[in-house]
Amino acid sequence: MLFLFPSAIFITIFLIIPAVWTLYLGLTNYSLTGLAAANPKFVGLQNYAKVLKDPEFYNSFKLTIIFVIGSAIIGQALLGFIIAWTFSDKPGKLRSFVEVIIILAWMVPSSVVTFLWSAFLNGQNGTLNKIIGGQTEWLITHPMLSIIVFNSWRGAAFSVLLFGAAIAAVPKSHLEVARIAGASKYRQLRDIIVPASRGHILTNLLLISLWSFNLFTPYLLTGGGPGGKTEILPIFVYEKALRYFNFGIASAIATIMLLINFVFALIVIRRGKQK
Amino acid sequence: MNKTRKRKQKWTLKRTGGRASFWMFTFLIIAFFSTPLLWLVFAPFDLTPRLNIKLPTLSFNNFHEMSQNPYAIHSLLNSLLFSVGTGLLVICVGAPASYALSRVKFVGRDLFLYILLLFSSVVTGTAAMVPIFLLCLNLGLINTFYGVILVMGGGLLPAAIFILKDFTDSTPKSYEESARIFGASSFQILRNIVVPIIRPGLAVIFVWAFVGAWGDFLVPFILIRAPERSPAAVLMYSFYTEGGQAMLTTLAAFALLYTVPVIVMYLYVNKRYGFRFYGGIKG
Amino acid sequence: MSGFVEVKNLTKIFPNGTKALDSLNLSIEQGEFFALLGPSGCGKTTLLRTIGGLEQVTDGEIYIDNTEVTYVEPGDRNIAMVFQDYALYPHMSVEENIGYPLKVRKIEKGLRAERILTAAQALQIQNLMDRKPSQISGGQQQRVAVARAMATRPNLYLFDEPLSNLDARLRLEARTFLKQLQRELGVTTILVTHDQSESLALADRMAVMELGTIRQLGSPAEFFHRPANLFVASFIGSTPMNLLDGKIVNGMVHVGDSHINVPFATKSASEGQNVVLGVRPEYVSVSSPQSGGFTGVVKVLENLGTHYLVSIDCNGLLVRGTVPDGEEPTPGSIISLLPDPKRTLLYDKKSGDLI
Repeated sequence: MLFLFPSAIFITIFLIIPAVWTLYLGLTNYSLTGLAAANPKFVGLQNYAKVLKDPEFYNSFKLTIIFVIGSAIIGQALLGFIIAWTFSDKPGKLRSFVEVIIILAWMVPSSVVTFLWSAFLNGQNGTLNKIIGGQTEWLITHPMLSIIVFNSWRGAAFSVLLFGAAIAAVPKSHLEVARIAGASKYRQLRDIIVPASRGHILTNLLLISLWSFNLFTPYLLTGGGPGGKTEILPIFVYEKALRYFNFGIASAIATIMLLINFVFALIVIRRGKQK
Repeated sequence: MNKTRKRKQKWTLKRTGGRASFWMFTFLIIAFFSTPLLWLVFAPFDLTPRLNIKLPTLSFNNFHEMSQNPYAIHSLLNSLLFSVGTGLLVICVGAPASYALSRVKFVGRDLFLYILLLFSSVVTGTAAMVPIFLLCLNLGLINTFYGVILVMGGGLLPAAIFILKDFTDSTPKSYEESARIFGASSFQILRNIVVPIIRPGLAVIFVWAFVGAWGDFLVPFILIRAPERSPAAVLMYSFYTEGGQAMLTTLAAFALLYTVPVIVMYLYVNKRYGFRFYGGIKG
Repeated sequence: MSGFVEVKNLTKIFPNGTKALDSLNLSIEQGEFFALLGPSGCGKTTLLRTIGGLEQVTDGEIYIDNTEVTYVEPGDRNIAMVFQDYALYPHMSVEENIGYPLKVRKIEKGLRAERILTAAQALQIQNLMDRKPSQISGGQQQRVAVARAMATRPNLYLFDEPLSNLDARLRLEARTFLKQLQRELGVTTILVTHDQSESLALADRMAVMELGTIRQLGSPAEFFHRPANLFVASFIGSTPMNLLDGKIVNGMVHVGDSHINVPFATKSASEGQNVVLGVRPEYVSVSSPQSGGFTGVVKVLENLGTHYLVSIDCNGLLVRGTVPDGEEPTPGSIISLLPDPKRTLLYDKKSGDLI
């Protein structure tokens, strides 16, 4: 029990207190400017009412869902699974090489990769335009697509590694029995690999969805723009808090986000337990 | 005879077709994941770096220019300090906790860990930025190294405990029981038996926390005001001219220097322990 | 107090409600090699672990060497334990493994080295001192584990299935060695095993447990010759005992179509009582068909080396006997199996106890 003490203190101070504080701030009109800065007042659920009436919030929420489905579910999980599956029975050297490149994309600090991507997508001189021979300002004309592709590129490694481990854990004999029974590659995938890695798939979907849902990095690429077209919820909160210094509203949105996270996690975990 | 031949032809054709599409796929994957990174390989050594990737006119001028920046080298040292500090903190606090949690059973323990994990991934994001800033303001931690290390460590701790618990779970119970029969104390068991056995896990967690702290932008961005205490992640954004143009010379060299340590650490861990998942992460 | 280890009214209920020990009493003599035998889940390991202090008791008392230790920390009981998986620390060499308990007990370096050497010599592992556990064989690991236990000079050894991870051949060797070592050291030893032959071979006295209670206590010979109940009878013996349902009619035991004399050892058998006739295949002789035994068709012959195990079918009743190598009947022939009346036992059908 003594061993738990330091962690308990840490987690209390740096996780629980900020969380409770967020909850509290969401109920006040605390702000850095104006009267409320000096003397924050308790305003009850006013902030929540305001947020839930704000069309910008719904827009931001919609963008976040598109971002999560596009980059986490399709870009990372699906692509990650296809990569892991394609290379699962390939020689170690080729597989390691592909894995190392994908992992590098994951490891390089976000400040660096966001610069690399803004350079890559630049209209005048970007590498992408040089390759395809265009002049498109991708971050301006296709901002959502840009951050979705970026986040898929950035985070695929986790899914590739996790699914790689899951597929490797399927006993070879199970696949061999299916092959002898005449099952096609697709059937082997559907009937043996997917059911056997069900737990991994669910955990992976849960984690990467949550990570993408709360990801701030796209801000470093588009700043939420142009014209709020990529203002996903984490950026929305950031803008409310540190641009308009409206801490009460920002905290209310953060609390709503936290709630969405919990409900989503609960659904995924319960589904995982059903079988 | 003829039939066999036909079959063989068909089989070969199918195989070649499969192979071709496999190599096509492999090429696309490698291209997609490596192209954006290639800039980092060429531009730092280019006399006149541009935004696009091109073969360099070999020169080390960029590094020279970068070293003229008063904060560049300093910020890398700051990053190192943050990362080592966070890594050590997470290990020293997380290892005993994971050991205790893997041995003490209570109802809802796993659910509790899950919730904590969820919590940490949300709270360390943008959601709790304001309270974290206010908290550090009240504790006098703004603009200090401790503040950044403590906040980053606190955020990484639940996941670290979660992963380390997997390692402690896999140490046979009989190891501790036999030590208890000899009369070893809990602390002796932790230090002499558990820690040496989960050393690979500790190394993985250290590197993981190190890399996390090394790349973290948001926490130091909010908590550090003085440029001489800023880590590399934040300083990256100061390499712009007054007109808003990126100073590609300094930036290229700096980005490379900033990236190399995490790659070296990754390669080390990969070689030493194998960069794989250790069970556990499944549901 | 009489025994060296005394267990009184010991009850252990796990948090999930499982009753592993049910007010159990046991007394083990000084210097004795005592075996606890039983199927998995019978509570034998729990009993050993409560004596070792690794499990808290729910109720009852434990005494070691006339001292109550029920709530004493395991490290203060002056005991040593050898685990089924040996629990050798993978990051320590053989020498460090043997020396670790001494280090924990703050024994000074010179004395420590001396004790390590003595233990290593006794187990003939001096040449392995610098190796890591992963670099030595299973048999050698087992010796290191015993040496580590020995080096602490305990006055009680607890062995939790120490031989079960060895292959069949090594197990026999290790068994002999363990018995010889225990004789030389003369230290009280408790062994837990699920292997009845191990228990018969090693123990001075033994207990068979079922559902947290002791079903029989005694010497290996008593167990072999006079199992006290059907549970023990079916558990002991490498070839299973014939246990045949019957009834006492006219002073004879009627089993199927056969009528057998009431065994000599039977003290009280009343007319009409439902009984179980027990006889080991080793105590059944083979003859040409005749009355007074079990007559039937030879179904299966199993080669046991020096003997054959013959199974015959007498109208649906399966009876087994052993015959020396070379005298085995041909499958399909009709023979009689005659139980030795001196070695035959009768059990009450209802209670399962020997009568």
